[in-house]
Amino acid sequence: MSKAGIIRAVAFFGILGLLPLGVKPQWVINLLIFTLMYATLASSWNLIGGYAGYPSLGHAAFFGFGAYFIGIIFENNVGNGYNPFLILPLVGLCAGLISIPIGYIAMKTRKDVFAIVTITLLFMVQTLAYNLRAVTGGAQGKGVAVPPFAPATFGRPFYYVMLILLLTAMGISFYFRRSKIGLSLAAVRADEDKAHGVGIQVTAVKIIAFAISVGIAAMVGGVWGYYEGFIYPQFAVDPLITIGMVLMTFLGGRATLWGPVLGAFILVPAQQYFSYEFGATQFYLLAYAAIFLIIMLVLPRGILPTLTDRIRLKAKIAAEAAK
Amino acid sequence: MSALLEVNGLTKRFGGITAVNNCSFEVQEGSITALIGPNGSGKTTAFNIITGYLKADSGSITFQGKQIAEPNPATLYRSGLSRTFQQARIFPEISVLENLIVASGYSWKGLFGARTTKADRVRAGEMLEEFKLSALADFYASELSYGQRKLLEFASVLMSSPKLVLLDEPTAGVNPVMIETMERHIRARHAAGVTFLIVEHDMQLVMRLCDPVIVLDHGAMIAKGTPSEVQSNSQVLDAYLGS
Repeated sequence: MSKAGIIRAVAFFGILGLLPLGVKPQWVINLLIFTLMYATLASSWNLIGGYAGYPSLGHAAFFGFGAYFIGIIFENNVGNGYNPFLILPLVGLCAGLISIPIGYIAMKTRKDVFAIVTITLLFMVQTLAYNLRAVTGGAQGKGVAVPPFAPATFGRPFYYVMLILLLTAMGISFYFRRSKIGLSLAAVRADEDKAHGVGIQVTAVKIIAFAISVGIAAMVGGVWGYYEGFIYPQFAVDPLITIGMVLMTFLGGRATLWGPVLGAFILVPAQQYFSYEFGATQFYLLAYAAIFLIIMLVLPRGILPTLTDRIRLKAKIAAEAAK
Repeated sequence: MSALLEVNGLTKRFGGITAVNNCSFEVQEGSITALIGPNGSGKTTAFNIITGYLKADSGSITFQGKQIAEPNPATLYRSGLSRTFQQARIFPEISVLENLIVASGYSWKGLFGARTTKADRVRAGEMLEEFKLSALADFYASELSYGQRKLLEFASVLMSSPKLVLLDEPTAGVNPVMIETMERHIRARHAAGVTFLIVEHDMQLVMRLCDPVIVLDHGAMIAKGTPSEVQSNSQVLDAYLGS
């Protein structure tokens, strides 16, 4: 890890770690929780959608799975309030294991077909959530017990758990970049058949990336369900959540460490602002889409890759001139 | 000399078209065998079947004396059968050095290890040295010229220390100097014990480099022999000139 990289990471997580101590308004904490949530989702989506080049639109299915997992176990009692957080690794593990056969089948297809196959998964899970009333409560929703946290700092535990999940997702993302998994995934993304032809364990690396990716999404879903306190099928397994993490990753830059986080830190506040400005009308979705379109037009590969390319080009020109 | 690769009664149909028709030939160990034939005679299809990219309708392939029941590109590559593609397929978004490392056939343990270990860099560095690409090691592969990409692809499939390398038109679309460079590298590797099977349209190159030459037409072998034998074979002339 380069020195600048360490400083960047320490500063980023240091500031975010101290923020709730200084910031009191509940709405700000609430906004930050959602920003961290999407930053984590986008970072985890990036593992499969960015590094491997498999644009999954089914991640919200696993997000919902995590939410219901927590909701079902902790419907009546959460003890001191921290028990659901301790279960999260189990949530991630279960989602990851379930995803192995799903990923194995879905990743027989590629690109747009893969996107369609995975979005089908999303709607299947949503339909299940509506109809398995005995387990999920159907359209009536599923309540989660309210934790005994002090009202003034109610959001704080959720905030810090989201922050830990973000750190985990980014840590894994960093590990991918530094290991042969990331190198193999880059080859798969560029030319999967050729990658297979030079002996890369193509199926294995794809499944590893998919399972870890949706495992994190499920953990985030668990925290979200607990925080919301009530889980409805249309919000837990929501195409907008799937689309959100994809847009943020595209905006910040696919297959980069910081791109998905940057995308989330731009789009989540922007979405909140627009939905506040335009109120109950759905116009905020138009404004939201407009930002995205403009940036894609100017920076088609996302913010970070475009910037690093420009810097690289400049350095190259300077090096040529120095000769 | 024994046959390193044996192809027996290979047949592949695409709909009504029979691309490879009951085709049999063998590649002797230590040879540079050419596979030539007019466009559409099934050369690349045969390559794709031998390397596991396509499933044959019938026929068998034997490599190093063992019949390959279900050809799989990754397994074959790891067991010493490499190939390049007509359109120089490299990985553009990773560096030239990494293009070599990614093709080195690392173990499961290696998969979870560092992206580039010191040993990787040394080995890939030696290969780049041999191919005179060292100065480009840290460039993205996308920044290379077409000829350099062809060289890089060739170099990368040598990373698994193959016994047999299948080259699909190694000099198509590259300049004359690069053709000579490519020929030199093929000869050097041949001298080091690698067997080659080459599909090539540059007949001058084929005639000075390869022996024997196998000629395909309509998916079947019509002639086999030394370059001069093939050149004077009437069936071959018919296939190329039409009659």
